[in-house]
Amino acid sequence: MTPEGPAAERRYEPVIGLEIHVQLRTRTKMFCGCALSFGEEPNTRTCPICLGHPGTLPAVNAEAVHFGLMIALALECDLAERSVFHRKNYFYPDLPKGYQISQYDVPLARNGVLGDVRIHRVHLEEDAAKLVHAGSSGRLHGAEASVVDFNRGGTPLVEIVTEPDIRSAAEAAEWGRLLRATLRATGVSDVNMEEGSLRVDANVSIRPAGESTYGTKAELKNMNSFRFLERGIEAELARQEAIVRDGAEVEQETLHFDPQTGALTPLRSKEYAHDYRYFPEPDLVPVAPTEEMVSRARGALPELPAARAGRLEADRGLPPETARLLAFRAELGDYYEAALAADGDVDPRALASWVTNDLQARLGDGEDPARSSVEPAALARLVAMVGERRISQSAAKEVLDVLAAEGGDPEAIASERSLEMAGGDEIAQVVERALEQNADAVEQVRAGNQKAIGAIVGAVMRETKGRADGGEVQRLIRERIEA
Amino acid sequence: MIDRDQVLHVARLARLRLTDEEVARMSSELSSILDHIEKIEELDLQDVPPTSHVVQVENVLREDDSRPSLPRERALEQAPDVADGGFRVPSPGT
Repeated sequence: MTPEGPAAERRYEPVIGLEIHVQLRTRTKMFCGCALSFGEEPNTRTCPICLGHPGTLPAVNAEAVHFGLMIALALECDLAERSVFHRKNYFYPDLPKGYQISQYDVPLARNGVLGDVRIHRVHLEEDAAKLVHAGSSGRLHGAEASVVDFNRGGTPLVEIVTEPDIRSAAEAAEWGRLLRATLRATGVSDVNMEEGSLRVDANVSIRPAGESTYGTKAELKNMNSFRFLERGIEAELARQEAIVRDGAEVEQETLHFDPQTGALTPLRSKEYAHDYRYFPEPDLVPVAPTEEMVSRARGALPELPAARAGRLEADRGLPPETARLLAFRAELGDYYEAALAADGDVDPRALASWVTNDLQARLGDGEDPARSSVEPAALARLVAMVGERRISQSAAKEVLDVLAAEGGDPEAIASERSLEMAGGDEIAQVVERALEQNADAVEQVRAGNQKAIGAIVGAVMRETKGRADGGEVQRLIRERIEA
Repeated sequence: MIDRDQVLHVARLARLRLTDEEVARMSSELSSILDHIEKIEELDLQDVPPTSHVVQVENVLREDDSRPSLPRERALEQAPDVADGGFRVPSPGT
């Protein structure tokens, strides 16, 4: 046995960094006036510039720079005083110029942070065109010809690179959701992973726990949801650990995740692919954000989800998980705050629970509650009624069913359906009858069997159809028996 | 000195097929260009920032206003091969 112990017993620590591409929601492309494409016929959004014709010159889209600055500021980055565009040279059919205009040694911004993860850099670039593989097979490999659609070519992108600060697959997915919520709040992108306006690649490696050097990393691509991101990283971590435990070494490679099978397939290694021969783009002058540009970008930022979650936790006393849920899904948070403002008597914690549990359960997947027939004020009133003990939890859920189906006023619905708590006189009468009908139980309680009281309470609750408070009923029964 | 292998490497990156004669010529031409650049290293450039552009202009930006794109027939006019409204190319990576 070696002093370090056998490899089989060693613990390995995941080291994960993310690279995120965000398509910006500008009107036009990064370097030309072609409108962005949303499913138009192929090659109907092109011009000599984005087709890379000789003699054409790119011109930077001011709005893309503005959006890039907003992202950089939302991620608390240091802005470069003067950032430079570079040509990243490689041959691929989706790149008509033979190079992508990107940024290299002086990106738009560096050194940011979001949540627990540091941001390495944020830069501007252009998207590549779309390759459609000819033939009906649609497979990446094996097809003999491809068809290029340049509609997407030149769409403005912001690339965000994190530091390798993430330590588990679940953390990667959770942080990804925070990033998406943050970007969505800024409004600069649709951030739709399935449609490709948000693309997340993961650099994954492992190292013996406690080491500070990094292992060889693999790059995972094509995970089009955060669930798949988590699964893909988990599969890759397991693969690497198996390799290392066998005494072999992980090779640096790019792996393609197949959401259908969950399999990771190595991409045919592009020979020389990393020899990009970057050099400054001579056709574009540097972007040097002026004070005015920066303050305009700062002014355009709304309250961001991390700040909102913190505020809901501190000001409203919400549990962290509930606060995050309301903050990450802005439509839930907006609804919650509208409801809170509508009724001064409602308990903020109870309301948050109703919004995130009961209300959500009655909506379609991802449906905006503001578009449901449950008015924020109606939900707030209903929750306040529960707090005032005027209606039981289960009766309130029945009222919510009605609200979700047809809307309306919870007070009116409760009274129409006789769902309000029974009054003191009514309860006293029901208790009296229950005592008469459960004489045995009464005797047992008198004899010291406290559990026997349950049968009497149950009878009262049945009689009132749950419109009574169990604790209160128990107190009344005890009072009568002991009298 | 740019040797033969380096010329072939760069040619490959640029997808150029060179004859032996051209490789020899490129090797000497590229070398002389680099020699020329190396002359700059004779100067003391300690405090001189690298020049990425020869003009002192910044922030030349375009408003985000759209302009008409090309009709598709026009965009595809010079394509060597067209299929399904797109530019047909050999599949990459095969």
